[in-house]
Amino acid sequence: MAEIPHLLVHEHADNVGVVVVEGLTAGTDMLCCVTHDNSTFRLTARADVPIGHKVALKDIGSGDTAIKYGEDIGKFIADVEKGGHVHVHNLKTKRW
Amino acid sequence: MASKYANITFMGYRRENGRVGVRNHVIILPVDDISNAACEAVANNVKGTLALPHAYGRLQFGEDLETHFRTMIGTGANPNVHSVVVIGIEPDWTRRIADGIRETGKEVAEFSIEQKGDFETIRAASWAAKDFVHKATEVQREECSISELWVSTKCGESDTTTGLGSCPTVGNMYDKLLPEGITGFFGETSEITGAEHICQKRAINEEVGERWYKMWKAYQDEVIFAHQTDDLSDSQPTKGNILGGLTTIEEKALGNLEKIGRTSQYIDILEPAEQPRSGNGLYFMDSSSAAAECVTLMAAGGAVIHTFPTGQGNVVGNPIVPVIKITANPRTVRTMGEHIDVDVSGILRRDQTIDEAGDALIDMIRRTANGRNTAAEALGHREFSMTKLYRSA
Repeated sequence: MAEIPHLLVHEHADNVGVVVVEGLTAGTDMLCCVTHDNSTFRLTARADVPIGHKVALKDIGSGDTAIKYGEDIGKFIADVEKGGHVHVHNLKTKRW
Repeated sequence: MASKYANITFMGYRRENGRVGVRNHVIILPVDDISNAACEAVANNVKGTLALPHAYGRLQFGEDLETHFRTMIGTGANPNVHSVVVIGIEPDWTRRIADGIRETGKEVAEFSIEQKGDFETIRAASWAAKDFVHKATEVQREECSISELWVSTKCGESDTTTGLGSCPTVGNMYDKLLPEGITGFFGETSEITGAEHICQKRAINEEVGERWYKMWKAYQDEVIFAHQTDDLSDSQPTKGNILGGLTTIEEKALGNLEKIGRTSQYIDILEPAEQPRSGNGLYFMDSSSAAAECVTLMAAGGAVIHTFPTGQGNVVGNPIVPVIKITANPRTVRTMGEHIDVDVSGILRRDQTIDEAGDALIDMIRRTANGRNTAAEALGHREFSMTKLYRSA
């Protein structure tokens, strides 16, 4: 891959991806790669997101389930716009 | 056709019981906390020895005491250890540990401090330690098969890059080397929480899977629910995990389980510090997710090399087992490069495949087995942490 991806997504079923570059700023036209088959797509970042943190791949409503690795990793507790930052402020485990 | 991994060999130390080590330590092992000073004095007197001070060993009872004995005996029995000087405050527990290590056939000398004092104990133990160093330094490495390696894994300071890069690298290594006959260990009982349904299915059969689930559930009931003040959300994920972008315990557990690859299955379950007795293959050890405790338990179980994926940058080492650090996080490579043995950040840039990263790790395992010091060894990281199950009498 000539251009280095900004965001990696494990599986096509996932609705969040991981920022893999430092210093990502809002408005960046991100190259996104699904590691399962190396397919790519583009997405505009809506926030400054640190490396390792997650981004929503579509508009998400409070109460929706977060999917990563193709698995349930918790529930959203706030709405998140496509390209927005996903972390402890809007995502929580369903366990407790 | 044999795989390209079948013919890998390394130069190791073959011990009396047939096991192979990759280091040749003479250790000075305290039975209890109050014998640390004597052990450190002996190690200071005799160069080429290593004291293993720790915090426990008095007034323990029941399962907690059994775990202590297993850890002590397993540490001395580890094939990375040539011979052992055991020092305790009184003779009975000291002898129990020394005799447990002697079952391997290696040389053990035991000393107790009561009615002698530190001076006399240190004098006698120093003579024994010096004799062991002369013998150890004459032992030669010999060619050994990759199948004779026991390799453990546990990750630490995880972030989202561990699930993308460094953990799948370890998983790829296990998928390639377990079929060649190595023995593997994974564990971290609390960190499987959130992916327990997946971990149970990775057992070799339903019976082992059910035993695994009972072990995991007992941890939930007897440890978490018995001692929690609210829930695990302040410690799993850890504050470091959260800084690195991990949000939920499920997300962390799914990344953690990448360490057993795509095809590897565990064949049995081990108590903390228990040595495998079901032959070659992958074992789940019931263990803490705290780095030093977990690596100490797996070393006591007999692992001679530890593979340690990290995201945000854990610096842990072990006194007797080389700990190989792997990271995919380019920021950690930049800010903490002195701790990293295998840089797989190319996986995030998509210029390195998991298969290539797995091969790079296998090459580093071979070189480490041959004697290359790991970053943790070079930096003097020798964390030796006993697991304590409950408070002493």
